[in-house]
Amino acid sequence: MRIVVCMKVVPKTEDVRFDPQTKTLDRSGAESEINQPDKHAIELALQLRERHGGEVLLLAMGPSFFEPYLRLGIAMGADNAFLLSDKAFAGADTYPTSYTIASAIEKIGRFDLIICGEESSDASTGQVPPGVAEWLGIPQVTYVSQLSVDGDVVRAKRTVKGGYEIVEASFPLLVSVELGCNSPRFPDFRRKRWAEKELKLTVWSAADLGIDPLNIGSKGSHTIVEELVELPRPARRMLRVSGGVEDEAGLILQKIKEVSSRNEQS
Amino acid sequence: MTEAAQFSDFRGIMVYLEHSDGKLERVSLELLGRARELAEVLGADVTGAILGHDVGNLAEEAVQFGADRVLVADASALEQYTTEAFCNVLADVVRARRPEILLLGATHDGRDLAGRLAVRLKTGLTAHAVQVDIEPATRLLICGVPAFGGSIIARCKCPRSRPQMATVRPGIFPVPTGDPLRRGVIEMVQANVGQVRTRVIERSVTTAADIARAEIVVIAGRGAATYFDSVRKFADSIGSAVGVTRPLADREFLSRDYQVGSTGVAIAPKLAIVLGASGAAHFVSGIREAETVISVNKDPEADITSNADYVVVDDLGRLLPALVSKSTQGVRDR
Repeated sequence: MRIVVCMKVVPKTEDVRFDPQTKTLDRSGAESEINQPDKHAIELALQLRERHGGEVLLLAMGPSFFEPYLRLGIAMGADNAFLLSDKAFAGADTYPTSYTIASAIEKIGRFDLIICGEESSDASTGQVPPGVAEWLGIPQVTYVSQLSVDGDVVRAKRTVKGGYEIVEASFPLLVSVELGCNSPRFPDFRRKRWAEKELKLTVWSAADLGIDPLNIGSKGSHTIVEELVELPRPARRMLRVSGGVEDEAGLILQKIKEVSSRNEQS
Repeated sequence: MTEAAQFSDFRGIMVYLEHSDGKLERVSLELLGRARELAEVLGADVTGAILGHDVGNLAEEAVQFGADRVLVADASALEQYTTEAFCNVLADVVRARRPEILLLGATHDGRDLAGRLAVRLKTGLTAHAVQVDIEPATRLLICGVPAFGGSIIARCKCPRSRPQMATVRPGIFPVPTGDPLRRGVIEMVQANVGQVRTRVIERSVTTAADIARAEIVVIAGRGAATYFDSVRKFADSIGSAVGVTRPLADREFLSRDYQVGSTGVAIAPKLAIVLGASGAAHFVSGIREAETVISVNKDPEADITSNADYVVVDDLGRLLPALVSKSTQGVRDR
């Protein structure tokens, strides 16, 4: 089984500051990490490889500082990694992003399964996985929490409103996995050292992919961000409740009562 | 050619109407209400698109809630949602009718569909919009999209392609009042389902209590995991809804429908009682609209402290029994 895992490197949400003067995001102080759902995607791919054999390939689009994170994915157990890196890719919304990733997967060649995280923690659109599937003309199953492969049949548990559904499909297929669907393993220390010292990543530019320059980066984007607005933090009173368990429980029940009685009046 | 002229034959707002169990989803009604308001600004019509099987009666409902025209694509292969069937049919409908705006609910299925459809239609899509407006001078749709855990809103538009697509977060807009006397056109349209390569073999769905609209919500965080039964008992005794933070949803204490935060549900209760949650940014954005927040955490330094109106610093193992006994006492007294 040949599996391509799409991954993104994101700044830690809590480290990103909003500058109200320039109305821009300051990511300079932000530590980066592999997008959490993408770690689940890697873990699922490794589990499938353990069970069925094959190969796990990592694919990311971004600047060269993504490289150590791809090596981290290698240290988790992936076999190889591809980075799509070009100034021309910058400023891409989900349309050119999914086009660029799909083009790279075509260049990689044969594959059975593409696994993505459900969405990224920075932009949180979840639109790239369905977009990649559409560009490649293959079926998709999104919001997957469990997946098994039995011969030619892929069986996925997909979260829907109020429950789940079991979806059957066959290869080639794209799935996106839910945050929290498994426990991503830690990178292996020796493999990490090897990945850092000896592994040569494949880096592809727009020219390497031979793709339509009008469909990539900000040029290929259909949406523009007009402005960023910070939502004011709600003013909370932060009143410390003291007096031991009885008084604390009393205060909580009193607040509940206040809400309930207000309802009866209205 | 100016953009306005180039797009002059794209007119009106189309709303994709999701439904289940023979009823329009609440978010579909919310979208019809908002689309109606935007249509006034544009001087254009609202068209509802319903895909399904034996769903004709839903069209009437859509008219009552604000659609001027409802397009119904009926086929047995549309009885259950599959990405490819719905994408194929909706793409045909959109290409034939050329709306300037296409709105979908940001549900699991709505997002699954929209992401694929936008690429097929070669147009722009904004996700999880919490603000949906029109810029009158340009007729452009402007959507506010939460980013970075929900504390920042990005205002997005799609000037150079049509339709301008957006998925809209459920619970943002009110359900309009239905008008049984409202008139509209109902039209059956072709449903060329095409190739479908996935098959739903089982579906298990319960009507999840809608915590987004509950008056009181008790939320269990990581620190409340070991006391989850007591949390439930307490919530039952006061007649409140129960929600969980992401770590507890990950561990399947409750399904995602009950997960509060930017990756789950945003709630707006009169009172939120937060038990054993640290107060991570993605969680706090989910209780932003709560009128009053009470937090219980044994760590006085936890981030939740600055996000609560009443701060209880105590051990849940001691506090919960007192709460349960006092509240069940209250029930007996009534």
